[in-house]
Amino acid sequence: MTDLISTVVAKYNYWIYITLMMIGLYAMIVKNNLVKKIVGMNIFQTAIILFYVSIGVKKGGTIPIIEHGHGQENHVVHAVDYINPLPHVLMLTAIVVGVATLGVALALAIKIYNNYNTLEEDEILAQVRGK
Amino acid sequence: MIWPIDLAILTLVVVAAIGALMVKDLLGASVLFGSYSFMMCLLWSIMGAVDVAFTEASVGAGVSTVFFVAAVFRTTRRTRD
Repeated sequence: MTDLISTVVAKYNYWIYITLMMIGLYAMIVKNNLVKKIVGMNIFQTAIILFYVSIGVKKGGTIPIIEHGHGQENHVVHAVDYINPLPHVLMLTAIVVGVATLGVALALAIKIYNNYNTLEEDEILAQVRGK
Repeated sequence: MIWPIDLAILTLVVVAAIGALMVKDLLGASVLFGSYSFMMCLLWSIMGAVDVAFTEASVGAGVSTVFFVAAVFRTTRRTRD
């Protein structure tokens, strides 16, 4: 039992990443309102970012800003002491791309509302089929 | 990484995500999504990704919430789910 608990706690970030991903996927598929679907899409994106940032974490590591920077160039740098900054840099791009897709999705939702006067998906489909 | 704070914030993240999807008001959903983004920002700073943390605080919690609120005011607040 303690074995199970330690396994769950040690990989808690990954459990929560899977949970958030499934919450986002559920919202994108099941929810009827277009804005709720967009919220689900953003939750999905941040879940993936959580996964990548969790990869870079090291036990006992410090933030990836170099110590002994100016004036002490002969100091030896131990890369093991720093958290891996490569996933962070990749995920900076992913956050900005996420906001861009959010803006496009909300603009499309506003256009749909102006045409059909509703944000509910089934009412939009009924109006499209009725024409 | 301080793991008790990590566990607490991760639980709050899931609660905020479920709340943003369950609330029956689109303005409330956008505000809860802003709080979700802020919890994520705290999570990045706990995990040592300070650059991702301040990008998330300005872009995720700031600009995304403004986009959502602007879109809700241009359309409607009512929702059935």
